Amino acid sequence: MDPDEGEIVNCDVLVVGGGPIGSTAARFAAKNCSGHVLVIEKRQEIGSPVRCAEGVSLSWLDELEIERSEHFINKKVLGAKLYSPSGHQMTIGKEIAGDEVGAVVERDTFDKEMAVLAGIEGVDYSLKTSAVDVIQENGVVKGVKARKMGNNFEIHSDLVIGADGFESQIGRWADIYGAIAPKDIMSCFQYRMTNIDFDPDYTHFFLGSDAPGGYVWIFPKSEESANVGLGIQLSQLDGTKSPKDYLDEFIEKNEWLEQGQEVDMVSGGVSVAAPPEKVTKDGLMLVGDASRVVDPITGGGIANGMKQAKICGEIAAKAVKDDDFSEDFFSEYEERWRERLENKLWRNYMAKEKAVELDDDEFDMIIDALADEDIEEMSTEAILKAVGEKYPDLVESFEDML
Amino acid sequence: MSLEINDDKCMHCGACVGSCPENSLFLREFILEVDESCIECGTCVRACPIDALKLRGD
Repeated sequence: MDPDEGEIVNCDVLVVGGGPIGSTAARFAAKNCSGHVLVIEKRQEIGSPVRCAEGVSLSWLDELEIERSEHFINKKVLGAKLYSPSGHQMTIGKEIAGDEVGAVVERDTFDKEMAVLAGIEGVDYSLKTSAVDVIQENGVVKGVKARKMGNNFEIHSDLVIGADGFESQIGRWADIYGAIAPKDIMSCFQYRMTNIDFDPDYTHFFLGSDAPGGYVWIFPKSEESANVGLGIQLSQLDGTKSPKDYLDEFIEKNEWLEQGQEVDMVSGGVSVAAPPEKVTKDGLMLVGDASRVVDPITGGGIANGMKQAKICGEIAAKAVKDDDFSEDFFSEYEERWRERLENKLWRNYMAKEKAVELDDDEFDMIIDALADEDIEEMSTEAILKAVGEKYPDLVESFEDML
Repeated sequence: MSLEINDDKCMHCGACVGSCPENSLFLREFILEVDESCIECGTCVRACPIDALKLRGD
């Protein structure tokens, strides 16, 4: 698609954003109706540049009918290890060691595979194409103003799906929600490093003041390489020290990384917000990071977004078949994704609000308390219960969550 | 005051775009722009993971 200046392009479903969430919503829309589904992506290459730490669980791939392909799975892991500031450690998943509980993926490859699956269903893509505004008539979204290769044009569609990620402007142009509070934003920086000395069978999380309000991660990409990164709560940054500065300091003092060399740099923002009141309006549905469904404790957005994208695509197809693009019609989308994700999002949001107040001594106490526990999964309840047995005072403020 | 974008540092990740309380920043692939609605609050300066944004005094 190479529109001329001023041209009007028409489609039945327009997806803004060609990440895995946009592709998956488009795929399930095209699979379930005969309408023309178009995805626009501002970048010249789907999946690049990567903006992700790439650690995921694997369980959701099956329900999304995605093969566990070695094309995009770099390294399967047995569990997670958490470290406190003074070096206490605990392991999650050791009871079920032997089964893979998660993996580190190659996001650029994964994103392209999701586009291939969408393409099989007949979804069209237009790269190097930015949405620059939404078109609304009496509060009803009717398409977007777009720009490609220097040409300004319009895409008219009765249904727009905003899958434009953390920086979603579709949602804000359409007045679905306002800005995210600085305390609900993580600013992240990462290197992929090679020649490092670590246990590549686990993901590693370092808690405390090395990454205020967040954590440092080391996620294995291979036996000798890993994504080494961190996220810091925006409200804890004062402008004198950037997330990159924090990471460089961590790398400097971590002996696993002494001989490490950087082979990749990644930066990005992540929302760790409470789920918005609504993510739909007449003619518009938001999905994935654009709908702020990132897990507030882990900062992971893929699993939640992908589950939500399937529902979004199915409802989009229904809307095309019924020729009904009203917010009322999209209430089925709101109900279904909220039933699936909202309780856990709220619970983890409240847990995050408390966790960011913990100081290094408290992280030491918590990880020490958990060192001998067998915790099979990274569940907030499981962790709080185990800590509460040793340090009831420490979990007092979390009690309403138990 | 005005917002200065250091193109040599910018990684075009959009962390500033999503953090801007006024939705004043726009990222088109490799081009980051700020428009006149910027209130020079400095949120983007803090949000930038790699220190590519500065508020410059006039």
